[in-house]
Amino acid sequence: MHITKDLVAASATPLVLGILAEGQSYGYAILKQVNDLSGGHLEWTDGLLYPLLHRLERLGHVQSSWDSPPGGRRRKYYQITDQGRAELAEQRAQWAAVVETLRGVWNAGAAPLRPITAPGWGMA
Amino acid sequence: MSVDSDENLESQIAEWRAYVRKRRTLHQPDADELEDHLRGRIADLTAAGLRPDEAFLIAVKRMGSLDELSREFAREHSDRLWKQLVLTGDDGAAATGGDRRDLKVMIACAAAAALAIKVPNLLGVSIDDSAFYLRNFSLFALVPLLVYFAWRRQLKPAMIAVLVALFGVGAVAINAYPMDDAEAHTLVLAAIHLPLALWLVVGVAYAGGQWRSQQRRMDFIRFTGEWLIYFALLGLGGGVLLGIIGGTFNAIGLDPEQVISEWLLPCGAAAAVVVAAWLVEAKQSVIENMAPVLTKVFTPLFTATLLTLLGAIIVASNGIDVDRDVLILFDLLLVVVLGLVLYSVSARDAAARPGLFDKLQLALVVSALLVDVLVLAAILTRITEFGFTANKTAALGENLILLANLGWSAWLLLGFLRGRRAFGVLERWQTRYLLVYAAWAWIVVLVFPPLFDFV
Repeated sequence: MHITKDLVAASATPLVLGILAEGQSYGYAILKQVNDLSGGHLEWTDGLLYPLLHRLERLGHVQSSWDSPPGGRRRKYYQITDQGRAELAEQRAQWAAVVETLRGVWNAGAAPLRPITAPGWGMA
Repeated sequence: MSVDSDENLESQIAEWRAYVRKRRTLHQPDADELEDHLRGRIADLTAAGLRPDEAFLIAVKRMGSLDELSREFAREHSDRLWKQLVLTGDDGAAATGGDRRDLKVMIACAAAAALAIKVPNLLGVSIDDSAFYLRNFSLFALVPLLVYFAWRRQLKPAMIAVLVALFGVGAVAINAYPMDDAEAHTLVLAAIHLPLALWLVVGVAYAGGQWRSQQRRMDFIRFTGEWLIYFALLGLGGGVLLGIIGGTFNAIGLDPEQVISEWLLPCGAAAAVVVAAWLVEAKQSVIENMAPVLTKVFTPLFTATLLTLLGAIIVASNGIDVDRDVLILFDLLLVVVLGLVLYSVSARDAAARPGLFDKLQLALVVSALLVDVLVLAAILTRITEFGFTANKTAALGENLILLANLGWSAWLLLGFLRGRRAFGVLERWQTRYLLVYAAWAWIVVLVFPPLFDFV
């Protein structure tokens, strides 16, 4: 199954924040986790994760720090901030509303179709 | 894995890295981060049984095209984009033809500014008639600048109509209000604030109409700072030129004074407004390094000055003797401090860790705040003693606006230094605050004159 670009883009921020809420991580690990969680359906262009992470950092949702182990290659780790957690909660609520709405529509679709009238648009 | 293929892989990665580093929007730390990613991917793929060179190819492919990558980085880090700013027209191929057309439009706008300032003079208004020129000097210079940006950003007609309407409101108000005396305080105040109000309108054009975008606003703040630098440079060069003209013509027995004061000076100044803007647009990468250097030099100096001033006030235990001129001087001081803060905010890499310079900046802002509180107290006593006048009200309002900005900036800087807040929060505070300046400038232009009976 291929998921369209718009959906991938829209879900990127909550996904990254959600993964970082579990603990600090770095770019490649985040990407692998997204891949595992989605069963390979969500395909990101690897490089585009980084502009996203930098944007989240600029907005104050995450913090970064370089970790350079002795003799090893340095690596940039990202941590979620309190503000990022608040943002995540906000996005979760929004996504829940979207999913809920969609579920209402799907269920209505399973029953015999009835014409949608304008005021009925509001809620399932 | 053989030593050979290891070496081969290393050289391939090094080559890839060199390509990454050629992109101007990708900086050293970004390259490190991407390389770490590439190595992680290669390690996983070789562990799954691929040969290193195969793994390298796949990893590079999955990273995405460098074009797309650097475009996304540029979009996120618009401060880097600033170096190669392409707000309109992305293709580099048309750049040379575009540059030449740009130059022509700029020259036309600068010439229009230079002529416009002379037209009323030729129609019989003396250039010494300060009331007329006091009202209108900003219009002569800024209308051509607005035209230039409207053309350069290819604004939509609706947006142009709004901007022209705003200019119209300013022009009508300052000319129609019955303040005939060139000494009238409300006229002087309105004439000082109208350029500021119109400058921010130009800012909307500069942002290509996207005035809500915080990043575009930050670009405009950067533009304003660099424009000031270029304008000052042009002024210095112009001064030298005028000096030489004056000296040499005097030496051959001709008096060039009238030509200088009635033609060269006003026309040159009006044209320089447009030329400076064009220079900032065209030569961004040249001056870019100047902003951080200037702030780094002057922030410590101003901090030292303010601390000395505070010390002197305490030791002498004199209150501030508030003359009107002195009050304006203190407002000016706050403006300079705010300018330093704004400039260093706009030049700073938002992702960098807090450092010594940020502490210094906090010291600057706090000392400015302390001085300002003393001034504010002085103004208030004066107002309770003598009542509100236009000048004192304006000074008070400006003081309060600057105080609120600097106070909250200090708080945000403190939070940043203690690792509680991202630097971006301070950036957004400053860009949001632009609206306050705009509102205040328009109030002084439109509301103050009737409020204080046009005196």
